[in-house]
Amino acid sequence: MARFILRRLAGLVFVLLGVSLLTFFLAQIVPVDPAATALGSNAREEQIVAYRQQLGLDQPPPVQYLNYVQRLLRGDLGQSIRTRRPVIDDLIDYLPATIELSLAAMLVAVLIGVPLGMLASLRRNSWLDAGARLFALVGGSMPIFYIGLLALGIFYRQLRWLPGPGRLDATMQPPTQITGLFTVDALLTGNWPVLGNALSHLLLPALVLGYFSAAVLLRMTRSSMLEMMGQDYVRTARAKGLGEQIIVGRHVFKNALPPILTTVGITFGSLLSGAVLTETIFSWPGLGRYATTSVTTLDYPAVMGVTLVAAFIYPLVNTVVDIGYSVIDPRIRVN
Amino acid sequence: MLAASPRQLFWRRFRKETTALIGLVVIIAFFLVAVFAPVLSPYDPLGQHIPSSLAAPGGEHWFGADKLGRDIFSRIAYGARISLLSGVAVITLAGLFGSFVGMFAGYAGGWMDESLMRVTDIFFAFPSLILAMAIAGALGPSLQNALIAVAVVTWPVYARLVRGQVLVLREREFVQAARSVGATNSLIIRRHLFPNTLSPLLVQASFDMGGVILAVAGLSFIGFGAQPPMPEWGVMISEGRNYITTHWWLTFFPAISMLFAVAGFNLVGDGLRDVLDPRLRK
Repeated sequence: MARFILRRLAGLVFVLLGVSLLTFFLAQIVPVDPAATALGSNAREEQIVAYRQQLGLDQPPPVQYLNYVQRLLRGDLGQSIRTRRPVIDDLIDYLPATIELSLAAMLVAVLIGVPLGMLASLRRNSWLDAGARLFALVGGSMPIFYIGLLALGIFYRQLRWLPGPGRLDATMQPPTQITGLFTVDALLTGNWPVLGNALSHLLLPALVLGYFSAAVLLRMTRSSMLEMMGQDYVRTARAKGLGEQIIVGRHVFKNALPPILTTVGITFGSLLSGAVLTETIFSWPGLGRYATTSVTTLDYPAVMGVTLVAAFIYPLVNTVVDIGYSVIDPRIRVN
Repeated sequence: MLAASPRQLFWRRFRKETTALIGLVVIIAFFLVAVFAPVLSPYDPLGQHIPSSLAAPGGEHWFGADKLGRDIFSRIAYGARISLLSGVAVITLAGLFGSFVGMFAGYAGGWMDESLMRVTDIFFAFPSLILAMAIAGALGPSLQNALIAVAVVTWPVYARLVRGQVLVLREREFVQAARSVGATNSLIIRRHLFPNTLSPLLVQASFDMGGVILAVAGLSFIGFGAQPPMPEWGVMISEGRNYITTHWWLTFFPAISMLFAVAGFNLVGDGLRDVLDPRLRK
């Protein structure tokens, strides 16, 4: 087991090196001089040259890359041109909002996708199955930004049932920071008004973002369950007179679980992609919105930082899922 | 009686996939709309007519008009051209490049295979939209750059897929036989390996067409893809976003067009997979 984990972590280090090379290359092709952009339009030429030297931009690209990796190893992601703060500080501020949204969306996806997928497989070719498949088809085919805009328009602007964009009402003070996740921090500090407010703000973006992952999970649960139901050991269980509940719970679902778990991990990556659009629509101050603003303003130290962190989270989640998978199914470890 | 050809067999099986057939009809309808957009469109998609500003759907404007009085049906029809061409361009670019890399990696094996696959791992590590946005932003916001960006994040899927196929195929008897009679590597790849990877490639391409249409529209929606006044569906939704509850038609028709087009490709992808992969056949 320890060898398996070590091997996965070694692979992760290699991927991260490659990711850093790719983000560095991206910054090289931006048709903008970071030093000139940082100093503004009033800067004199000699000031720009001096600042370029200070940033090490006068060095050849391979040297710049080595310096960049050295800084990365010290946890230094450079300074944002737009916010004029260390990128790492910006990311520490923005990351919890994305984690909170992604976790809530994943919860929505699992709570909707898995039971609906199970029901669809148990009532195969029924109206319920057809409805579930239609739900999944629409989820996989509808532009997320339209659903987001529509939900915001109906539930916030028209019906006024739910609060508008952002993580909290403007009149609310964020809870004392422990994890950075407002709902968790409010719960830990017993700040009930903030908890209620944060939950009401989280509901709509989480439902919108979660719907698309629910569609993927539904399909996977349904097909995985159907595959297991056709196995010999299920027929044997049925032949020896076991109740349907036991067959489904103990034999079918348990064996259908590993691919569902893997899909949860894979879907997490698409949640980060979806978060870009969802956070833009709901003015959610997370990594996606930070990335969008940074790309718009050609703030490439920030773009490099955010892509690097995003590219770190995805394989990390997959590694954790793989390790979890190997705990459930020892054959994976062996192979 | 003559035995059915593989093509006849394929069609016979595909015809039984009702939902896939529905998807195919939808896709053909969209392709026809895209091809005949100049004939079908009653108005110039870019032509502004302020007196018709925000006109509701009706006899004069079937899908209504936007804030600048532009006919939404005409813009949707021309938008179909952009979306479908975007999908075809990205899939062709990513598919060809990815297949080449995958074929090379799988056939060469050894350290070459290992290195190329680690490169695909790096691309897989990025959430696709964040990387595409960073690339599109670096190259400058335009439809062409958005397509390049989406192709860059799409090719590794094809590389992995083809490599996996080649690893299995290269050990098969017919490839060994070709090698033993002195066929060159190039001939083996062209004549024996590549044609046998086409089925999974086709399934993947069908699924990816929908994904690419959504990704390009998403990039355009946030300003990194097609730019106004281009009648691209994502741009249209972005332009109509402030009218979503008051003048629903501005965003509804581009969204529903996208839903049908993407669903069409997904349904065909499902059908193709069931028909071409006997292990998954119901």
